[in-house]
Parts: sequence; C-alpha cells; structure tokens
Amino acid sequence: MDVLANLGDGFAVAFTLQNLGLALLGCFLGTIMGALPGLGPSNGVAILIPLAFTLGLGPTPSLILLTSVYYGAMYGGRISSILLGIPGDEPAMMTVLDGHPMAKKGMAGEALSLSGIASFVGAFIATWGLILLAPQLVKIALLFGPAEYFALFALAFATLGGVSSTNQAKSAFAAMLGLGLAMIGVDTQTGVPRFTFGEVHLYDGLDFLVAIVGLFALSEVFIFLEHRHGGSDANSGQLKLGRLTPPLSMIKQCTPTMLRTSILGFIAGVLPGAGASLGSFISYSMEKRLVDKEGTFGKGDPRGVAAPEAGNNAAAGGALVPMLALGVPGSGTTAVLLAVLLSLNITPGPLLFAQNPDVVWGLIAALFIANFMLLALNIPMVGIFTRVLMVPPRILMPIVAMVSFVGIYGISGSSFDLLVMIGFGVMGWALRKLDVPLVPIILGTLLGNTMENNLRRAITIDNGDWFTLVDSPLALTLWAIAIIGFVMPLIVGRLVRSKMHERGDEEGSITD
Amino acid sequence: MFINATRGLIAATVLGVSAVAAQAQDFTPENPECIAPANPGGGWDFTCRQVGKELQDLGLIDKTMQVVNVAGGGGGVAFAEVVNKRADDNDLIVAASSATATRLAQGAYPGNTTDQVRWVASIGADYGVIAVSADSEIETLPQLLDMIKADPRSVSVAGGSAVGGWDHLKVLIAASAYGVEDVRKVKYVAFDGGGEAVTQLLAGSVQAFTGDASEAKGFVDSGDIKVIAVLAPERLEGDFADFPTAKEQGVDAIGANWRGFYAPAGMSDAAYDAWAAKIGELYASDEWQEIMANNGLAPLDLQGAEFEQFVTDSVSEIQNISREIGIIK
Repeated sequence: MDVLANLGDGFAVAFTLQNLGLALLGCFLGTIMGALPGLGPSNGVAILIPLAFTLGLGPTPSLILLTSVYYGAMYGGRISSILLGIPGDEPAMMTVLDGHPMAKKGMAGEALSLSGIASFVGAFIATWGLILLAPQLVKIALLFGPAEYFALFALAFATLGGVSSTNQAKSAFAAMLGLGLAMIGVDTQTGVPRFTFGEVHLYDGLDFLVAIVGLFALSEVFIFLEHRHGGSDANSGQLKLGRLTPPLSMIKQCTPTMLRTSILGFIAGVLPGAGASLGSFISYSMEKRLVDKEGTFGKGDPRGVAAPEAGNNAAAGGALVPMLALGVPGSGTTAVLLAVLLSLNITPGPLLFAQNPDVVWGLIAALFIANFMLLALNIPMVGIFTRVLMVPPRILMPIVAMVSFVGIYGISGSSFDLLVMIGFGVMGWALRKLDVPLVPIILGTLLGNTMENNLRRAITIDNGDWFTLVDSPLALTLWAIAIIGFVMPLIVGRLVRSKMHERGDEEGSITD
Repeated sequence: MFINATRGLIAATVLGVSAVAAQAQDFTPENPECIAPANPGGGWDFTCRQVGKELQDLGLIDKTMQVVNVAGGGGGVAFAEVVNKRADDNDLIVAASSATATRLAQGAYPGNTTDQVRWVASIGADYGVIAVSADSEIETLPQLLDMIKADPRSVSVAGGSAVGGWDHLKVLIAASAYGVEDVRKVKYVAFDGGGEAVTQLLAGSVQAFTGDASEAKGFVDSGDIKVIAVLAPERLEGDFADFPTAKEQGVDAIGANWRGFYAPAGMSDAAYDAWAAKIGELYASDEWQEIMANNGLAPLDLQGAEFEQFVTDSVSEIQNISREIGIIK
C-alpha cells in the first residue's frame, strides 16, 4: 500500500537521534506548558519558535519539535484541571467537570492516568484519521458554509444545559453572560467598535485566556483568602492520591466512550474555526446525553474524564488536516504552526502532499512517536504531578496567583490585561457564591464571536433571508440533533429526577 | 590574483551601491528590537522575524533582533505605546502594512495619526487579486462587475478582512473605477483570514474572492480557483504572469498590500537614516529577493522620505474611499 510505504519513509526521516531527542524535549516542555494555567498550546508553540530557528533546524526537525510541544500541551492541560480544578488551557476546561471531583474523592492518580490513556487513544485515532482520510476530509470542510457552522454552534449550545447539572437556568444564564462578553470589541461585519468605551485594548475583544485564568485561578485564590480562618487547610489535607494506575474495569468501562469521542472530536477538529475546545465540549455533552443514566457525570465519573480528553486530543490531530490540506488553520495553535511552515518556505495547501511528501510524512511519523513518548512519560510522572496536591493551600495559592500574573503578563505584556484578569477573578468569586457554573461563561466567550459572525455571514449572503439557516440537509440534520438534545432532557429529566431526588443535593456546586 | 581582483570588484560594486548609505552607517542599534503589533503567526510577526533574521545573517546588525508581540486593537495598542512611551527610542522599529494605513485613515486608532511616527522603509508588496472558483462562468473582471452593476444582490464577495478593511476596499476601488455608482451596495462578506474566505469560495457559499496574491497562490497552483484580475500596475512575475491586470481589462484599479516599518517620532535623524539604509540594503540582497519570491511578495522598494510620502498618499486615498462608502464622515 502506498500509504504504508510513505509512512515507512516518514519513520525513516523521524528515526534519527536528533529527531528523537527533539521529540522528547518537545513532549516534556509541552506537558509543562500545558499544565501551567494560562500557557496553552498556542503560546507554547509560539514561545519555542525562536528556539527552533536559533538552533538552525531544518523544516522536518523544526516541525517535529513544535508538533511534539503541541501534542504535549494537549496532554498537559488536563493536569491542573484535575488536581486544582483550574484548566491548564481552553480545551482542558471540560476535564475540570469530572476530573476535579475525582481528585476530591481521592482518585487523583486514577484520574490522571486514565486521562493520559484517553488522550493517547484520541490522538492515536486522530493520527490514523489524518493519514487515511486527509485528502477526503477536506471535502467535509467544504460542506460547511456559514449556515451550517451556525447550526453546529447552536447544537453545541443547545446541549449545554446538560453540562452543568445543578441548575439548567443558571447554566443558561452563564452561557448568555459569556455570549454577551464575546460582543466586546470591533464587530468584523461592520467595523464598528462595540462596548469598547474608546479603550483601544478592548478593540480585539477580551482574550479568553485572561478570562479563564481570572475566572478559575484567581477566584480560587479569593475563595481561599475568604476561608483562611476556616478549615480549608484541614479539608484539602484529606485529599488522597489513590492508586496511580486505573483498574482494568475502569478502562473497560471507558473504552466505548473513548472510541466514540475520539471520532467526534476528530471531526470537530477538521472543521476550520471549531477546534479542540469545541471538540472536547461536544464530546462531553454528547457522552453525557448518551451514557449518563444515573446522573453521575459532574460528580467524578471516569467516563466524564475520558470523554473530553479523548475528544480534545483527537481534535488536535484533526485540526492538522485543514492546515496541511487547505492551508486554513483549524485552531489557534495550527495557525501558529502554519506561520512556521510558511517561514520555512513550505506552502501548505492542496499540493503539499504531492510537493513535500518528506515533510508531511515525517510530521505524521513524528506525531506517532510523540504520542507514544507522551504516554510513556505521563504514566510514571503521575506520581510527581500528584505531589502538587500535598502542597498545603497556603503555599499553593500564592504560587497559583503568581503564575497567573506572570503568565498573563508574559504573553500580552499589558497591564490592562492584568486588570481585566482581576475583574474576572472577582466575577468568578461572586458567581461561585451564587452557584453559577463558570464553564458555560468561557464557552460563550470563546465561541460567541464565531457563532455570531457565521450567522451574519449566512444572512448577508442570502440578502437577509433567515430561511437560509435551514436550507441544506446538513443544516437540517444539525438543527434536528440540537432540538432533540435540548428537549429530551426536559422530558426524560422528569422521569430521572424522581430517582435523583433520593440522592439529594450533597454535591452542591462542585460542577464548576 | 584573479580571485583577488574579482573580490575587489565585488567589494567596489557593493561600496558603490551603498555609497549613500555609508554615511548613515555610523549608527548601529545596540539592542535592536522589532514590535510585531499582533500575536505570533500573523503577517506582522512574520515581517519582524524574517527581517530580523536576515539583517543579522547579512551582518547589518550585531545582535539578534528581539521580537516583541504587542497585540491588540488591530495594531492600535502597539501604535499608542510607541507614540506615548517609546517616542525617542533609537533601537526600535515596528512592523506595519496597508492594514495599519487603513486603520489610521479611518481613525480606528483613537487619537493617533500618521505623522506621529516616522515611516522607515518598505520590504515589498502583496498585490490584490480578485478570483472566482475554477468552474465559475465568470471569466473576466468586467463580467463580474457587470453582474454587480445589474444586481448587487446576486454576487457575494468574500475576503479575509473586516468590513472597511483592506480586502473590502480593494473590491470597492475596482467597482468604483468601473463606474458602479453606489459602491455601498456591493455585498462583501468578512471572514477570519484569506484562507477561510477561499474555502468558502470553493464550498460555493460565495461567488468571488478578494485577497492578496500570496493568499491565493496555493489554490491557483492546484487549479481550484481562477484569478480574473490582478490589481497591479503591470503583470506579476512567475506563477501569476498568466493573469491579466485589472488595468488591461479597462478597470483602472491598483491595490497593493505593502509591508514595511515605522519608527518612533523622536528617533534621531542618524538612527532613522541608518535603519532606512539597512533595510534598503537588505531589500537589495539576493537572500531577500528569494524570500520575496517564495512568499509571493512583489517589488516595492521605498526608503526614508519616499516611503513617508507613499504612506501619506495612500492614507489620504483610503480616507476618500472610506468617506465615499460612509465608513467615516
């Protein structure tokens, strides 16, 4: 087979001592960057670009280094999600929902190693998808016009109600708040600044990294400050690591989940503009709809950890498809990788596979190698990471605050962003008091702009005709799923609720 | 002997070429710094990094050029910082392009104007193209513009910049040159970058694409899209040589997305001249010509006062169109 022969050549390119060393270095650095709140994969890759250039690396070694960082950061994001309840990057947000409760139940070790395995499965399947389907997959991207994109985002938000289980109304409120925050900035469809108050820093809108770090990390610090005299030290002292490897039964239970969400995440990744965040988001809410019969999602269900992790790592692989085959980045990180390719004199696009086979196949082989390395790195390192939990909060929290400030200032170099971050921190603290889940806010801010732009593009193209939104079979299908996803829980929920009632509300607001 | 003579000849030639520049070379930036007014990965970032690398490779600066990303406000945050805080920094240059001029012209950097900085030099230009998908019935620019003239609602034009941005203005320049009376009626759909806009052209959501030649290159090579007009004074070289300019089709429209640098207003004349000369020398090098060819950049060789004039002119031109379409009053 052609594909296998090409892949063999790719491995021949990748299996040199230098390239393997670069992959290892990239994986390690990437994991650390992913784990630090605020430093996501796109910044991680961007920070290492100068390193690749100053080392004078050729195209293939540079790409190997940078994609290892990319995959590493996707793995690493889960660590702080699970241990601290603070997402390390945007795609790892959904992992907080079940990962942190698991850690609180004393299963941090299991959660980390299970999510490592889920990440591996997701990335592994996505890499095969990239090999076998890349040329065909481009056609999927072409099926999505603005109307279909809007339907897809509507689907994501319609199934959102299930993500935060405490109170549908509160999570809807949170999503609206997020969508409202997304309005800030220059409107690309008319060029008019909205809610910027003449402040030039707001013209590009709010940076969601700033929002995430403020909402999650800083509000955590505020909560700690508030309880300083209380027993919060005693509380966290109870956290146990649990075993470091997941029991086989848990893996078995999660296997169908991982396979389903890998495919779903991969498709979300292939769509330009949707990216890994949407991948993990859709994976989680779909999986919850599908298998959460007992209402355990959000309370530390292992499947709730496996789903978003397999989903976002598969999306990371999927996002490489449009970048390589169309030259259109599927996510922020691939946008940075695209720029690297361009400055290495490689033009991604329809002809890349024919013109630079060594680069493409070397890259793909590197993805496989990085993936295995990450699995090997992550399982034994679980023990080291979980030590974080042993650090008492009075030491840990100042570190979280410091990393937040340094991280955000390091990326943007703007003190205005620090103020915005503090604002979000205060908001997050207040919202936690009111039991409003924080995840939908971020999703609203993150996806709101794209959703709005696609709606308006669709309407403009069809001269103001709103029926364009339901004009294609694909759009209709997406709408149907959205409506079912929204209405079903209302009907089924009533039946389930009577059972749920017995369980009571002992978990409170840990879903945020 | 022979070799020495040749070397001498080359040295003489180089010296001769840069005779004007030589006086200014007394100044060498101690800590050369380039601000890219956007996140890593974009055109401005590319401009800083490539130029920084080549300046060092050619020995025009001693130290590595430090690239600082100051994102925000479509370049407005960086502009304000240079004007307010770095006004007399001799070591600093900032990446700029037509987008900078467009925003300055439309007052999108609140309180800032073109004359608050010194415009140093250009490093090339990316000429605009108007394209349709390969299987489209439209073959020429007048054909497309006739359709727009007859019924503006029938044609959606996609581009990578916001409404009022450079991609949008290029279509309007062409439409207004062809005599479309109310250019405001031209239907423009803004996407996040040229790549996404081309994808939608291939998907059939829109009928035409406006963007830069470099954005279209990959798709032209693969035969997916058909360039119906290049908005350049004369035909481009290389892959684009087959495509007619708008001018030869009777539409007198030129749209160049130039790339270049500005510097703080308080920069000393010696430093300003030195930077202009260094970038001029870089521009003339074979290495840079190769980079331009690889990235689809066409010639635009302006330094110092000439470049300053060029930017001022293009700002007032953009102001006129923007006023016409009602983006500014």
